Amino acid sequence: MTDAEQPGTARADEAPSGRRSSAQGRAEKPGAGKRRIEDAGKAGPGGRSQESARLAARLAVRKTYKLYIGGAFPRSESGRSYAVASSEGEFLANASKASRKDARDAVVAARKAFGGWSGATAYNRGQILYRIAEMLESRRAQFAAELADTGAERPGEVVDAAVDRLVWYAGWSDKIASVAGAANPVAGPYLNLSSPEPTGVVAVVAPDEPLLGLVSVIAPVIVTGNTCVVVASERAPLPSITLAEVLATSDLPGGVVNVLTGSVKELAPWLAAHMDVNAVDLTGVADADLAAECERAAAENLKRVLRPSVPDWSADPGVRRMTAFLETKTVWHPTGV
Amino acid sequence: MTTPLADVASSDATLRAFLHGLPGVDRVGADQRAAMLGTRSVKATAKAEAVDLAIRMVDLTTLEGADTPGKVRAMCAKAVHPDPSDPSVPKVAAVCVYPDLVALAVDALAGSGVKVASVATAFPSGRSSLDVKVADTALAVAAGADEIDMVIDRGAFLSGDYAKVFEEIAAIKAACARPGDGHDAHLKVILETGELATYDNVRRASWLAMLAGADFIKTSTGKVQPAATPPVTLIMLEAVRDFLAATGRKVGVKPAGGIRTTKDAIKMLVLVNETVGEGWLDPDWFRLGASTLLNDLLMQRQKMATGRYAGPDYFTLD
Repeated sequence: MTDAEQPGTARADEAPSGRRSSAQGRAEKPGAGKRRIEDAGKAGPGGRSQESARLAARLAVRKTYKLYIGGAFPRSESGRSYAVASSEGEFLANASKASRKDARDAVVAARKAFGGWSGATAYNRGQILYRIAEMLESRRAQFAAELADTGAERPGEVVDAAVDRLVWYAGWSDKIASVAGAANPVAGPYLNLSSPEPTGVVAVVAPDEPLLGLVSVIAPVIVTGNTCVVVASERAPLPSITLAEVLATSDLPGGVVNVLTGSVKELAPWLAAHMDVNAVDLTGVADADLAAECERAAAENLKRVLRPSVPDWSADPGVRRMTAFLETKTVWHPTGV
Repeated sequence: MTTPLADVASSDATLRAFLHGLPGVDRVGADQRAAMLGTRSVKATAKAEAVDLAIRMVDLTTLEGADTPGKVRAMCAKAVHPDPSDPSVPKVAAVCVYPDLVALAVDALAGSGVKVASVATAFPSGRSSLDVKVADTALAVAAGADEIDMVIDRGAFLSGDYAKVFEEIAAIKAACARPGDGHDAHLKVILETGELATYDNVRRASWLAMLAGADFIKTSTGKVQPAATPPVTLIMLEAVRDFLAATGRKVGVKPAGGIRTTKDAIKMLVLVNETVGEGWLDPDWFRLGASTLLNDLLMQRQKMATGRYAGPDYFTLD
């Protein structure tokens, strides 16, 4: 694949200084097209300028960043959105601001998907995770460009690390049962087996690490058969919606991963209190008071809670994130006497 | 209306002339009005009242070939105490079962105030002889059913044999009588609107059933899709309103099948209030036939009481 085919690099060519300075997003659309034409005029004489003018004469087709619920990309039920800025404070796009009702709908979608996903063979789940890695790899340049906007230092390496992380977790799908489960020696004529089972619907508050952190919290949850509702990074939500596009084209059944963008403070307590959520991952809750509130709410129906100290995403993750959302089922089977 | 209503049923010709003389239904208009009324926002205390009213209107139904006495007993217990953890939840209106399970339900609900309804007349297809249908009804009435849900013969209706449908309904109505104690079983007539093809037919079937003596008209058996859609319910409510104006007799309406969420139920209540008025916002005049709806109503109730979203794990499966 050449660079010219990459959507990210192509866009960088077409408007040399325009990408950052021109306003993006639906709300700004009519004005934005005009501004790009002006930018092209400034680009100076020669063929380059003509090419820019030709490109700029097209209407700008910009992506609307929506939510990802049940395999579809709806806008927020509330109709709200919020402006997302780059690390340098420039406007990038408007992202949907999910409401508690979107969170509720996402939980319904995740619950609906749980039966099929947890019932799929580990081999099949592993294949699908590997497929996500393939799709992510094919959009490498687009993610690198989006991560650069969020202020990531070496965006290309971050994307590589995220792809590698997915491949790493994909390999675990049919091995975790052997590591976390056991054939137990018992004092009696029984075959005694413990096997790890997925816990159900997991609400995940993703860390402020737009791609690697996000992949590192989603992959361990779904590889073992759970489904999840993810609240994306509030500061940098755009790569998470682009990741949702990857998930939607990876044979991952709709509803296994649902992505909400918006205020963590607004969404997390509702998810933590929801009686149809079985576990919460509070990795991305930076505010200690909010985390404590979520933990209290989660106690109401004895949810599993994961609240790690700020992790180093580049380190070997180990199996802890997988086992946190597994519950051990032990079967006693009489043996012939 | 040229024919006085009393004489309408005197012959097949007058019945046909009357039913075909009813004004046609504007399909687009009915769909739009039902959709428009479905956008009403019912929140907070109004919603709390609507949820409780909807619970009181539910006909908790199990009509499966696999129904067991145990399942019916469990459902009766749920009808009396829909949410055992919250005694403030009202009882449902009735339970609805097959005729052979009526005696069991009557026993389980004795003294609770919850009524027992039974489907009859070769439910759900209605494809049997009149004798068998009457015997089916008599079985349920003898077992103590308070309400009989009969199906009309859609084949006869669609082929234009209105007199046959009329006579069947009248015969079943007669079979609902309990001469001894004077407490007749209420007759609900199921039109099975999903098989009637047009809204005009829904209006005609509604009038036909009411003329023949129905106490309630009910949309569907729940075995055919589409079942109780809002436009169909709207048309039946209009028929009931017009019938009251023409004859002075009040008839109830029961949408059944496909109403699964609190939102659907509240939309139905809005339709009732806007079409026939508050007089029908009562379990005596409006029912919701459903099996899964009750759990959603209970979850909404719990959400309003506790402030957190409820989960289905904490409610019974049926």
